[in-house]
Amino acid sequence: MTDRLESREKVTGAAKYAFEYAVENAAYAAAVQASVGKGQVRSVDTEAALRLPGVLAVLSCENAPNLGDVPDGELALFQSRTVSYRGQFVAAVVGETLETAREAARLVRIEYAEEEPDVRLRTDHPGLYKPDKVNPVFPSDTEQGKPEDAFRDSPLQVDVTYTTPAEHNNPMEPHTTIAQWNGDETLTLYDSNQGASTVQSTIAQVFDLDPTQVHVVSPHVGGGFGSKGTPRPNVVLAAMAARAAGRPVKFAVPRQQMVATTGYRTPTIQRLRLGADADGRLNAILHEVSEQTSTVKEFAEQTATPTRVLYKAPHRRTSHRVVALDVPTPSWMRAPGETPGVYALESAMDELAVAAGIDPIELRIRNDTDHEPGSGLPFSSRNLVACLREGADRFGWAGRAPEPGVHWEGRKLVGMGVASSTYPAYQRPNKAMARAEHDGTFTVRIAAADIGTGARTALALIAAETLKEDLGNVKVEIGDSAFPRASVAGGSAGTASWGTAVVRACEALRGKMNGAVPPEGIEASADTGDELKARDEYARHAFGAQFAEVEVDADTGEVRVRRMLGVFAAGRIINPKTARSQFIGGMTMGVGMALMEESVMDTEFGDYLNRDLAQYHVPACADVRDIDAVWVEESDPHLNPMGSKGIGEIGIVGAAAAVGNAVHHATGIRVRDLPITPARLLTAL
Amino acid sequence: MDSEVTPVHADITLRVNGTEHRLSVDTRASLLDVLREDLGLTGSKKGCDHGQCGACTILLGGRRANGCLALAVAHDGAEIVTVEGLAQDGRLSPVQEAFIENDAFQCGYCTSGQLCSATAVLDEAENGWPSAVTTDLGSDPALDDDEIRERMSGNLCRCGAYVGIVAAVREASQRKEAAEA
Amino acid sequence: MRPFAYERATSAEDALERHNDGAVYLGGGTNLVDLMRLGVEEPSRLVDVAHLPYDRIELRPDGSLVIGAAVSNSALAADRTVREGHPLLAQAVLAGASGQIRNLATVGGNLLQRTRCSYFQDTSKPCNKRDPGSGCPAREGEHHNLAILGHSEACVATHPSDMAVALAALGASIRVQGRDGERTIPIEDFHRLPDNEPERDTTLEPGDLITAVEVPPVGMPSRYRKVRERASFAFALVSIAAALDVDDGQVRDVRLALGGVAHKPWRAWRAEEVLRGAQATEESFLRAAEAELEAAEPLRDNAYKVPLARNLIVRTLMELGEGS
Repeated sequence: MTDRLESREKVTGAAKYAFEYAVENAAYAAAVQASVGKGQVRSVDTEAALRLPGVLAVLSCENAPNLGDVPDGELALFQSRTVSYRGQFVAAVVGETLETAREAARLVRIEYAEEEPDVRLRTDHPGLYKPDKVNPVFPSDTEQGKPEDAFRDSPLQVDVTYTTPAEHNNPMEPHTTIAQWNGDETLTLYDSNQGASTVQSTIAQVFDLDPTQVHVVSPHVGGGFGSKGTPRPNVVLAAMAARAAGRPVKFAVPRQQMVATTGYRTPTIQRLRLGADADGRLNAILHEVSEQTSTVKEFAEQTATPTRVLYKAPHRRTSHRVVALDVPTPSWMRAPGETPGVYALESAMDELAVAAGIDPIELRIRNDTDHEPGSGLPFSSRNLVACLREGADRFGWAGRAPEPGVHWEGRKLVGMGVASSTYPAYQRPNKAMARAEHDGTFTVRIAAADIGTGARTALALIAAETLKEDLGNVKVEIGDSAFPRASVAGGSAGTASWGTAVVRACEALRGKMNGAVPPEGIEASADTGDELKARDEYARHAFGAQFAEVEVDADTGEVRVRRMLGVFAAGRIINPKTARSQFIGGMTMGVGMALMEESVMDTEFGDYLNRDLAQYHVPACADVRDIDAVWVEESDPHLNPMGSKGIGEIGIVGAAAAVGNAVHHATGIRVRDLPITPARLLTAL
Repeated sequence: MDSEVTPVHADITLRVNGTEHRLSVDTRASLLDVLREDLGLTGSKKGCDHGQCGACTILLGGRRANGCLALAVAHDGAEIVTVEGLAQDGRLSPVQEAFIENDAFQCGYCTSGQLCSATAVLDEAENGWPSAVTTDLGSDPALDDDEIRERMSGNLCRCGAYVGIVAAVREASQRKEAAEA
Repeated sequence: MRPFAYERATSAEDALERHNDGAVYLGGGTNLVDLMRLGVEEPSRLVDVAHLPYDRIELRPDGSLVIGAAVSNSALAADRTVREGHPLLAQAVLAGASGQIRNLATVGGNLLQRTRCSYFQDTSKPCNKRDPGSGCPAREGEHHNLAILGHSEACVATHPSDMAVALAALGASIRVQGRDGERTIPIEDFHRLPDNEPERDTTLEPGDLITAVEVPPVGMPSRYRKVRERASFAFALVSIAAALDVDDGQVRDVRLALGGVAHKPWRAWRAEEVLRGAQATEESFLRAAEAELEAAEPLRDNAYKVPLARNLIVRTLMELGEGS
C-alpha cells in the first residue's frame, strides 16, 4: 500500500504539467478550425489578424513550411488545401499573449469551396469495407465452423443490435505543448503525452530531424486515456509556430477544439447473434461490427476481438466493417475494442440468460473455457469464474430476484446486473537503465509515462524489490525522451513492459556490483526485445466480473448506480493502493459510458456538437456512490518477471454492460443504445 | 490605432497566498491566466476555461471560485489563496494529507481545484450552508457522504478518483471536528 | 475575446450613465465571461455592477423578501430567512451550477443567463438568437434538451436558470432602474417567449439595471425538483417548482412552474387553474398536468419531456399533498 511517490508535488501544486514550464520569452499560439465539413481552402485572409498589435505570425496552407515524411495524416498540418472534416486545424496564429493569439485567430478569414460532408454511420452505407486488420494488428474477420447454420438450428436464439455513440476521452489536462527551437537546431518539447519516445521519433520524422535532435519532457501528464498515445496536431502546431515566430511557443488545445482534433472512440453498431442449447451452452456466436474512420487515415477499432476470447462455442464469427466518413479520425480511448465490444457481448449474454431462464452468472460459468476460443491457444491463466463467484458472494447476488421489474422502493425500481470483463496482457520491448550511486542510492531511468496510473511508484517498487533495497533508496526517473526508449502508456502494457526492462536493468546492475560503488557510480542497461521474442505461445489476458446495483426513478427515468463492485484477476498486483484506484477509475468511466457519455454528430454541419464539459457529461462526484474493486490471487508464470497483467483498462470493460443489465433487471426494459438517458428510458417505462 | 483591437490594460493589486502583487493586466485576462502566466503560480489548472470542470478553483476572498471565469480586472484588491498556499510552513493541510492517504487523485490535474474546493467545503459546512441534497433547510446539515458528493460535484475528475476524494474530505472533516472539539 | 474597457460603477445612476451602445453590465461574470470567450458576446465596455450596494436580503414584515441583485447565489441559498421562509428558492438556487460558480454568480446575473443551446454557443453556425435572421438549425438538428412549449419557428431554446423557475412559481417581481427611473416588472413579463425576436431574452430596455428581486411570502409547502442527465452540475432536462396548500383534501392554493421546457420559466397557469378547489388526488394532479401540457409541441427528439413534465407535476404534488 504505497502512496504515489509524486503525491506531495501533486497536492501542493508543485508538479509541473506541460504548459507550466517557465520558458523565457514565450509566445502563445491559437488555432483556427475549418468551418466547413468538407472542401478546399480557397483563400486565407490574414490581414485583420496581422493588424492586431502583438501578432507575430499566422500560419496556414498558404505559407506553412513543407513537413518531412509525416506518418500520420492528422499531423500533416497545413500541408494541403483539403478540408477533411469540420473542425480540422486550418490555420494558427502566434501572439505575444494568449488573449491576442486567440482574438487574432478569430479574425483570420478563410474562404472555402464547400462540399457536402458524409458523416452518418449506418449499416447500409455503401462505403463500408473490410479493413486489412483492426487495431493494432488483429485480423478483421474470423470464422470457425458454420455460424449461420448453427445459429439457425439453435433452440435458444438471441439476435440483437446494440449501438454505442462516439465518446471523447476528455482528459482533464488538454493536449498541450511548449515548443522551443534551440540554437543548435534541436527542438525541446514540453509536452503532455503518453510516451515521450514516441513523440520524439514521430516529431523528428515530421520535421526531418534526427531523433537525437528532439528532446521531449513530460514528467507529469494530466490524463490521456489513449488520446495522448501518439502525438496529436498540437505538437506539430507548436513546433511549427515556434519556428515561424523565432520564439518558444506555448499551445494548449482549448477544450472545445479537442473534440475534433485529439481523437475519440468511434461510434459502433454491433449485431450480436447467440445460439445456445436449452441449457444455455453456446453453439454459435456471431459478432458483426460497423464503425467509422476518417478520410485522413484508417483507424479500425478491434471491437469484436473480445468475443474471440470470452466464451467457447464451436461455431463463431467476428467481423469488422469500417466506413471512411468526413469526420475527425477516431483513435484509442480506454480499452479500444474491448469497451464497446464487451458492452454488446455481455448485454447479449444477459439477454440469453433471460431467454434461457438461467442465472446470468451460471450462464457465464457454463460457457467458460480453458483455451482461447479464437486461437485455440491455452490461457496462461484465466480466473473469470473465480471472479464471478467471489463477486457474487461479496455483492449479495444470491438475494437477487430472478425476474426483472419487481423490486420497488418507493417510486424507485431497483435491480442488479453482472458482466464479465477481459483485457489482453500485452507486453512490448523496452529499454531501461539502472545506476548505483556512490552515496548508496539507486537511480532507474526509462522514458516511461505516468499519466495518473501510478507507473512511477510501481516501477520504483519493482526496482527496489529487484535490487533488494528500501524504496526510499531508489529513485525512478521517467517522462523524458533522453532516458532509455520506452513504449507508450497504453494497452495496459506499461507496468509489464517497462517493469520487465527495469527488472533486467536492475539485475544487470546487481551482477556488476562488487563491493563499494566508485564515485562515478555503476551503470547497467537492459533491452527486453529478445526476451519477448522468446516467449512461449499463450493466450494472455486479464479477466474480471463487474456487478452493479441501480435504482431507476419510475417517474423520470433517472438512473443512479447505488453500488458497483469489480472483481479482477490480473496477475500479481504491484501496488494495491494505486491499483484499486485504477480499477475504480475505469469503472467510473464505465458508469459515464452507460449513463451519460455521448458525442452528438450534427448531421447538418458535420461536427460533434457537444464540445464542452457542460454538454458532454462525464460522471461528477455525485454520480459515484459506492464503487469498489478487489482482486483474486493469481499466479501466472507465463507473463513477465513481476507476474503482472495490465490493469489500466479492464476496469471500464464490462462496466457499462453491468449497469445496463442492472437497468434491465430493475425495469424489464432493455435499452440497446447507449447511453441510458432519461429520454431513452422514460419513453419505454 | 484602432481602439477595437488595442488591448486595454488596468493596474490592479492582488494579494496571493499572503504576498501582495501589483500588476498591469489586460482587461480580458482571467485570474487563472494571471496566476499561471504572470505570477508563475501554475498550481491552479486550466481544464476547460469555461467554469465547467473546476480545475481552476481557488479561494477568492475566502470562498471557492472558478479562476477561469473571474476577470482579474474585476477583482482588484482581492485576497486569493491557491493550492500553493494551502500548506503552512511546509506542513500539509489536513485536506492535503487526507488526499494522499486516500489516494484521492491519479493524474493530479484536477487535484489543485479539488483541494481548494474541499477546503472551502469544510468551511461552508461549518457555517451551516446547505446543499442541493440537504433535506431540512432549516437545520445545519451534517457533512455526510451524500453531502460531500454533491458539494464536490463542481470539480470533475476524469481519472475517476471520486471514491478517494469523498473519503479524503470525510476524513479531513472528521479531523477538523476532532481538532476543534 | 475582443478588447474592452472595464469600468466599475459607483451607483445605479453612474452605471446607467456608463452604459453606452456596446456596453454590458458585469455581475459575477460566470455566464458573460464564458460567452465572451466563445465570441458570442462582444462588448466593447464592461460596466461592473457587482460592487453596487445591492448585496442585502431584506425580510419585510409581511414575510416578503427583497433580494439585492448583487447578492451571490450562495449567499441567497445560505441565508436563514430565505431557507425558513422561502425554501423553494434556496432549493432551486442550490440545484444550479456548482458551489464555486454560485459563489461568483449574482442574483441579477442568474436571471440574465442565456440559453445553453449548442448552436447559440457556436459562432461558426447560424442562430437567430445570436445572429438574428441567420436561421435556427436546432429545430431540425440537435434539440433533445430544447423547448416543448412556447417555441417559435425562429427559436426553440430554453432558459437555463433554476432560480428563475422558483421565482416564477413564487410570483416574484424584478426591480429595475432604467433611464426613466425605477420600475418593477412581474417575472411573468420579464422573460420573453422567442416569437420572431429570439435575440431578446427579456423585456429589459437598453441600459436597464436590475437592482433587486421582490418575492412575496409563500406560506405553503413547496418543493423544487430537477431532472438532469447526471446527478449534479448539469442543466435541467425538466425541473419543477411547486407549492401546494391542501385543506381538508381540497387544493386551496397552488403554484407551479417548469424549467427546461421553454424560452422562459414556464408558469403552469392552466394547471393551477384546474387544481384550485379540486380534490388533492392523483387524478386531479394528472388532469392538471395534462391540461398544461396540451399546448406542448415537442420536436422530433424531445417528446420525452412531455411525460417527464407530466410525471414531475403529478409526483411533486403528490409528495406535497402527503406532507400537508
